[in-house]
This record gives sequence, structure tokens and C-alpha cells, in this order.
Amino acid sequence: MPATPSPYHRLNPLTKAVIATVGSIGAFVLGGYVGPIAIIAATLVLAWRAGVAGRLARVSLLLTLPIAISVVLVSVFTRAGTTVLFEIGPFDATVEGVDFALQTLVRLFAISLSIGLFIMTTEPRAFVFDLERRGVPPRAAFVAVATIEAVPTLVERATTISESQRARGLDTEGSFVARVRGLLPIVGPVIIGSLTDVEERSLALESRAFSRPGRRHLLWAMPDSGWERVLRWALVIGLVAAAAARISGRI
Amino acid sequence: MLTLSGVSYRYAGYAKPVLHDIDLSLADGEIVGVVGANESGKSTLCLVASGLAPGSIGGAVTGGGLAIDGEPMADKPLYAFSTRVGIAFQNPATQLSGVTGSVFEEVALGPMNLGLTQRETVERTNAAMATLGIEHLWDREPRRLSGGQGQLVVIASLLAMRPPHLVLDEPTAQLDPEGTRLVGDALRALASTGTALLIVEHKTDLLDGLCHRVVALDEGRIVLDGPAAAILEDDRLAALGVDLPSRVRLARALGSRGLDAAAVLA
Repeated sequence: MPATPSPYHRLNPLTKAVIATVGSIGAFVLGGYVGPIAIIAATLVLAWRAGVAGRLARVSLLLTLPIAISVVLVSVFTRAGTTVLFEIGPFDATVEGVDFALQTLVRLFAISLSIGLFIMTTEPRAFVFDLERRGVPPRAAFVAVATIEAVPTLVERATTISESQRARGLDTEGSFVARVRGLLPIVGPVIIGSLTDVEERSLALESRAFSRPGRRHLLWAMPDSGWERVLRWALVIGLVAAAAARISGRI
Repeated sequence: MLTLSGVSYRYAGYAKPVLHDIDLSLADGEIVGVVGANESGKSTLCLVASGLAPGSIGGAVTGGGLAIDGEPMADKPLYAFSTRVGIAFQNPATQLSGVTGSVFEEVALGPMNLGLTQRETVERTNAAMATLGIEHLWDREPRRLSGGQGQLVVIASLLAMRPPHLVLDEPTAQLDPEGTRLVGDALRALASTGTALLIVEHKTDLLDGLCHRVVALDEGRIVLDGPAAAILEDDRLAALGVDLPSRVRLARALGSRGLDAAAVLA
């Protein structure tokens, strides 16, 4: 079992996945300000307990920023409203538009924080193998982990190819056009090299009975306590209840 | 015993076979070296001997067939080969699964795929790592290993499947001298346990003193087959683009200067 640094890290991966899912969907379902802000606060407290609050806030803000800018521009200036704050050319910035933009922003931030906390505190392999223990087919589990774990390998390969191309005079700096032009000689070798690797890896895996049908006995299992199971069900039931209340107009 | 009887094989999309009428047997505990120039069919021979060709990569066996312990393997599923013949390729990086976080998990992957119990998987994994002397690497991340260490982990992963035959396609091709030494020592240790080895290798120094028998391939045909000592001193190897082992070259160089090689080397 991998070493884990905090009690939140040590939660069963499925529990953290449920917290992330309920936080994300909950922010969307609840709407308004109170629900999403409560989710933001709760997530930041959990992140603080896990020791990742600062990094999570920074990453979430950075990830949300591009969408936030477009949301603010579109909502503030195009949303119909009666109270005009100011005008820019043919566009009116209304109070209703600002209100809608702010509500969308808190939702986006809550979703970003929820998913970010899961990613920062969960090892992908632990999550997928836990799913396999719960009945997900080994082949699907392998594909999921291999896809996630392939990213650092691809980045390493791209860096190596990029450096060797630069050593041969390829210009990857300067204007946007120059950068795009510089990308082409890197992308080709990265993709072709990766495909070659995949072919050899699949042969090596066949030699280790990868295609054998049937279940396998995993070496380790992430702990899963009774109270975590209760928590997961409570969160899911709470989310369904919130969605029902929202649809029926009670909140 | 692994037996190739009159095997001819062609790749998918190719009109002509790459291997022609190959007769080769690998007895239990025997170590057979395979040498030959590039494109002589050595790697294809490895794929056919391990069932990956045509089983995984396609193509067709156009004549003869593979049998293990007298049982024809033509219609067997691929996973049936995994406990009977393992194969390792040149590059350790592409043979590691890429889904494990430690060497122990990597070696254990094969036994887990076989559906063995946790206890049996752990026992096999420990035994395979001990055979190759890599117990100390158990918690290392596979991606961060050196080439030689990585290749040993690959071989240990195969050993954990407990196949009586191992096919090694240039296992030291991408290794530095230290990595080559590590793998060479491990192969000697393996040989002493009775595992049969089919080793394709350019470095005849590795085969010299390790193999019982050596075969030479040329354009997909076996052109030399005999005891290792005799074949590795055969001048026809040079015509096939294969370097003689340094022991042989040194002895000849000394002999050409009127020196007694046996006395000097002793």
C-alpha cells in the first residue's frame, strides 16, 4: 500500500471520489451563493487538513481564470436586465448580469476545488485498483491507469525530442507562428515513438498473461471503514434530495 | 522441450516468408545462442518461438509448427504460452507495464494476471527477485531504474510466471558494460536453475561460456548449428556479419605472433 501523508489522503479513494462528485454536482444543483460557497469553504477546510490548501487554491484559480474571464464578459454585457450599471458602446452592463456572472464563478470555483482536491490527494493507481476490487474489469482498470501514467512518460519524451531538435537548430522560441512551426517536428516523433512503445509493451504484457480471462487477486487493498460507507451513502442521498428539492422549486 | 519443426513464417502484408524451414529444439535446462546479421530473422524467430507471432502480431505460419513438451501450440490462446515460454526484448523501458508504483508490484503483475492467490503471488515474486539478486530494488519506482536494473526486473517478471523456457531478444543491446555484466551474471544464475534459454545476442562474448549450443541465421534460415565452442570459433561467422568472441580473436592474434595462447591466457 502506498505511503500517505494525511488522514484525508488515507481515506478510501472511492470516498474522495464521491466527495468530489457530490461537491461538483452539488455546486451546480444548489445554485445561488450559499450552497456553492459552503462547498468552497468545506473543500478548503478539507484541503487545509490534507496540507494542500494553498496549492489547491492557486491551481483552481489558475484553471478557472480563462473560463471566468469569458463568463464575466458574456454574462455582464449580454444578460438582459433592468438596472444598468454602465455602458460600453452598444453593450449594457447590468446588475442582473453581474449577479449571474458571480453565481457562475462561485459554482465554477467550487467544482474546480472539488475535483482538484481529489486529484491532489489520490494516487490514480490506488483509485483504479480500488475500483477493480469492486468489480471493474482488470482490462478497463489497466487502460485507465496506463493512460494516466503515460502522461509523465510522454512529457519526458517530448522534452528529450525538443532538446535534441533545438540542438540541431530548430527555433521553438519567438513569435506564435515560430512556436507553432517549431512544434511540428516534435509532435511527429512523440506520437510515432509512443505507438512503437505501445506495440512492444503489448507484446511484453501478453507474455505476462494479460489477456487471460477472469478475476485476479490484488496485492493490496485500500482500507474502507464502515463510517466511510455511511458517509458515501449520506452524501449521495443528500445530493439526490437537493436535486429533487431544486427541481420541485423548494430551494 | 520447445520444438520448432520446419517452421516458415511470413508477416502480415508480406508476400515472402521471413523464416524458412526452421528446425530448432530447446531442451529443458539447455542454453542456445542465436547469432546473425541484422535482418537475418533473429527477432522473428523469438516472436515465433514465444507464440507472439502469429498469435499477437498476426502473419501466418506457412509451414511446420511450434510444440512445447510435445503438445502442438498452433491453436492455443496467448495466455497459455505465458506459463510455458517467456520473452524479453531489447528495451526494458517498453517492457515494464507502466501501471505499477514499485518493482515488487511490477514483478507480481504476471502472477496476479494468472489469478493466483495473494500468498502464491508474493511467494513467486520474492523467489523471482531473489534468483536475480534484485530484492533490494523492491520499493523502487520501475520508471526510475537504470537500463541494467530495468532489464533484470523484466526478466524477474517473466521468471515469476515460472516458464520452463525463456526467449531473450538481445537483452543487453541497450545496456552499458555494467548493465551487460548484471544481466550476464543473472543469466548464468538462471541457467544453473535449469531454465532453458534461447538468447539472441550480437555480443558473442556474452554467449561464449554461457551457451551449450549456438545457431547462426542467414536470410531466415539456420546455416550453422552446433556446440557453442565450435560455432563461436567458426570462421564462417565473420562472413555472416558476426564478430567472433574476444577470447577467440585474442587467441588468434597471439597465435599469429607465434605465442601460445593457452599459456598466455592462463
